[in-house]
Amino acid sequence: MTSPTDRYEMVVGLEVHVQLKTRTKAFCSCSTEYGAPPNVNTCPVCLALPGALPVLNAEAVRLAVLTGAALECSIECTSVFARKNYFYPDLPKGYQISQYDKPLCEHGRLQIGLNADAQPIVIGITRVHMEEDAGKSIHDRYAAATAIDLNRAGVPLIEIVSEPDMRSSKEAGAYLRVLKQILEYCDVSDVNMEEGSLRVDANVSARLRGETKLGTKTEVKNMNSFSGVERALESEFARQCAALDRGESIQQQTMLWDGAKNEVRPARSKEGSHDYRYFPEPDLPPLVLDQSWIDEIKKNLPELPRARRERFGTAYSLSPDDADALSASVALAEYFEAVARASDDPKAAANWVRGTVLATLNASSGDLRNFPVRPADLAQLIKLVRDGALSNSAAKTVFAEMAATGERPDAIAHRLGVLQERDEAAIEQWVTDVLAEHPAEAQRYLGGEKKLQGVLVGLVMKKSGGRADPKRVNQLLSARAAG
Amino acid sequence: MAVTRDDVAHIALLARLALDEARVPALTAQLNGILAHMDALQKVDTSNAIPVAGVGDAGMPLRADQGPPIPLARPRDTFAPAVRDGFFLVPRLATHEDAAGEVVE
Amino acid sequence: MSDAAAVGAVRNAFARMTEVNAGRDGLNIILWSDQASAERDAAAVAESDGPLAGVPVVVKDNIATLTLPTSCGSRILEGYVSPYEATAITKLRAAGAVIIAKSNCDEFAMGSSTEHSAFGPAKNPLDPRLVPGGSSGGSAAAVASGICRIALGSETGGSVRQPAAFCGVVGVKPTYGRVSRFGLVAFASSLDQIGVFGSRVDDAALGLEVIAGRDARDSTTAQHSVPRYRDSNGERLDGVVIGRPKEYFPESLDPALRTLCDRSLDALRSLGAEVRDVSLPHTDLAIPVYYVIAPAEASSNLARFDGVRYGLRIEGDGLRGMYEATRSRGFGAEVTRRILLGTYVLSAGYYDAYYKKAQGVRALIAQDFRDVFDAGVHAIFTPTAPTPAFAIGAKSDDPYEMYLSDIFTVTANLAGVPAMSLPIGRMNGLPVGGQVIAPHFGEPDMFRVAYALERALGREAHK
Ligand SMILES: [Mg+2]
Ligand SMILES: [Zn+2]
Repeated sequence: MTSPTDRYEMVVGLEVHVQLKTRTKAFCSCSTEYGAPPNVNTCPVCLALPGALPVLNAEAVRLAVLTGAALECSIECTSVFARKNYFYPDLPKGYQISQYDKPLCEHGRLQIGLNADAQPIVIGITRVHMEEDAGKSIHDRYAAATAIDLNRAGVPLIEIVSEPDMRSSKEAGAYLRVLKQILEYCDVSDVNMEEGSLRVDANVSARLRGETKLGTKTEVKNMNSFSGVERALESEFARQCAALDRGESIQQQTMLWDGAKNEVRPARSKEGSHDYRYFPEPDLPPLVLDQSWIDEIKKNLPELPRARRERFGTAYSLSPDDADALSASVALAEYFEAVARASDDPKAAANWVRGTVLATLNASSGDLRNFPVRPADLAQLIKLVRDGALSNSAAKTVFAEMAATGERPDAIAHRLGVLQERDEAAIEQWVTDVLAEHPAEAQRYLGGEKKLQGVLVGLVMKKSGGRADPKRVNQLLSARAAG
Repeated sequence: MAVTRDDVAHIALLARLALDEARVPALTAQLNGILAHMDALQKVDTSNAIPVAGVGDAGMPLRADQGPPIPLARPRDTFAPAVRDGFFLVPRLATHEDAAGEVVE
Repeated sequence: MSDAAAVGAVRNAFARMTEVNAGRDGLNIILWSDQASAERDAAAVAESDGPLAGVPVVVKDNIATLTLPTSCGSRILEGYVSPYEATAITKLRAAGAVIIAKSNCDEFAMGSSTEHSAFGPAKNPLDPRLVPGGSSGGSAAAVASGICRIALGSETGGSVRQPAAFCGVVGVKPTYGRVSRFGLVAFASSLDQIGVFGSRVDDAALGLEVIAGRDARDSTTAQHSVPRYRDSNGERLDGVVIGRPKEYFPESLDPALRTLCDRSLDALRSLGAEVRDVSLPHTDLAIPVYYVIAPAEASSNLARFDGVRYGLRIEGDGLRGMYEATRSRGFGAEVTRRILLGTYVLSAGYYDAYYKKAQGVRALIAQDFRDVFDAGVHAIFTPTAPTPAFAIGAKSDDPYEMYLSDIFTVTANLAGVPAMSLPIGRMNGLPVGGQVIAPHFGEPDMFRVAYALERALGREAHK
């Protein structure tokens, strides 16, 4: 008998909250810096003091529109903010300023990869709307009390809501990774799940395969990593399948993921307590944007991951695998491209960056942005090898020094004396000396014993400390034998 | 649309107001009395009513993304009921759930 | 004004304040004041060449001031002193004014009599058995009793114009967006405006000139430049068309009140104005619309009073117990009633029938005004309130009875147009107000009519 999960199909939609990368909060001029002492970044507005009023941050609007454009949404020239009313101690006003029936962006799409028969898998984006973050409630700091820190209260967020288009936890994971990459490429957020700048809630339901209408969904919260999301979806899906098999009906509720126990459990939730009484925020007129301004942002949209990957394939004739790896992040892609251009040798650049550079970075768990080896220097190293001035093994040694000191490769090569010697006279001298020092071998070789040439070349190389160009040494020896 | 005592209990919960039982019947009656006058609105055809013109038609003014914030003339602990180590303190509640069992959105 | 004169003016104001507030009648119109710091401020502004240099001003208790408490007439904010200042207050002080006191009002401005104050009802200076009107009753009474000649109040449905009428002074509700709401404790954000009381039209015009204008801290303030309203002070009204809306002069209108309004309209004609009969057909729906929209917004605006960051906090069973104990004991009966009403009309299943519908009807009411003004009417004249000041306690049993005293004033708030009340005479000894309503940002025409009418009526206005 097949397992329930074979007979049922998983249906997933994701709600992703993303903190926008602004200097100040959404509706006041408080700093958004992470990790300040509790409640230091608060003012009359984000403390919800009596009489204070919100004023919207222009940069938050730009970043939200940029994201909407990157997700191929239609950007609305007029959108409306609304109040979402509920009581919670880290929600100072007793309502969250959000967007409800007139969001900023709607009807987008996100391609998350290719399916078995190489067709693109496209997930629909229902909407991208602006809202403000709540503060932090710290429950485990004091015995009898919950501690409230409002530094995060009012930080600008976008909520990205997908259609229920995902059919497996793997697709959900792929969606999140592609989305994160796009947000990084657009530089709209730090997308750091640990610092809470990206948070994921999942709506999941199960239905018999072949069934077309959606089953009752539950909302799964409290995942703190992408793999956590995948695991949470699997365990909630399994729970639903089992329930359905027992003939039970799924009840619409919120489940909390417990990563440690690797299980979901229902959040205690009172009947009818979810009545947010949305209504248009009367302190803020509608947000009206110039179509020309929106078009300007669309026009200047940065190159997105998929486009860059394809360009790497065509412009530098990289393998799909190389193109994929080298466009993983903006920083890496730009580093590679700088090296490729300066060295005029994309293949070598790809090998160096994917191999030695990433290995060195991982070993030192460093960051490309402050990596001592600048693209121009790596390009010079590549050139030295190409011109035969450095052997591959010597180049590896030089690179290690570059990574340690940040010095230029030619300087290091000189210092280490590993530059290959191309001065005729010097090489002639070494050959003469070796023949003089090994008269027996010299006689037999000059007498026609060709097989000794290898041995002699080795001796010359040894004498030159590896600096002699082996090609040239061979030529000179052959010449003597012939002469 | 008559307001029942259960409705009153429900909206009192939403508004975090504890009503002593004795007052509920009177309040229910008063709300129904007031709402009765509102029913006049249902008869009006608002299908072609143009939203209130005036302020905000030009759209919302935006703020440059910079400080400084509006200053506080007095430190937070001079007006907050309970502060410790810079945190505002509230009675203990379970993670992700408030006293009404509401999950934080 | 000299140092001595400025301090002297403040001393006189305090002398009068003590007399009326704590005196025999105990009018209870002032909640908070501090003579020492007021005199220091007076000395400091003495050199100011501002238009209000050294002028003592009383401010409603729901407008944030740095030194005096801002309690909104509520237990839940008892003793709360705002750590920031309202924009209107900053502008007053920049003009040289001295804030001498915070005045009594209905809790969170919810009321029409100043009986719903946690600190006891205020009384009418003309007869302590009567209400001063509300919700800005304390500020109106402060001007009426001669404590100051300019005071600030706030309007949501008539809370400046109605008490001005009840106390026999001038009260102005500006165009929505004309004055910054930053620092005005919100009741119903889409209706609230800070208003000005004056002993005469000129005082009110001067006060509004000072506090009006765009404020980067209030997204709903308008860009329009602020005219010099005192330039509207003229003799004649030739070419001015005054509308007389029949809905404001129903059969049921008190004959004495009708007579006083007719006398004013005759005066306006004699000044060269044309009086035209007009209609504002949706007027009878204004009260129902108002009592859906205002409580709805209030239920949300008052959610911040939760005992967490400031104000009253009463411990209870856990967090919810703390919330409920704090809010139930912190808010009075009328505020509780309106929060429940507002929560109900916004709750699932009722939003469309009530809030959405009310916004639709509100648009029709605004359109009524637009139609009249587009037809060439410069200003509308009506009575300010259906009755003069009533007895304390007279309307406390039926809330809707009380709501009806706003019947002629709420329309201007719903439409966002400017309106003012000025004394036009007395019926059985009690002041009666006449209301002048103008189009959006039509304050200059509104003041022009008011100046001329005030001059024409002369002493008759107070007889
Ligand atoms: Mg959200
Ligand atoms: Zn702030």
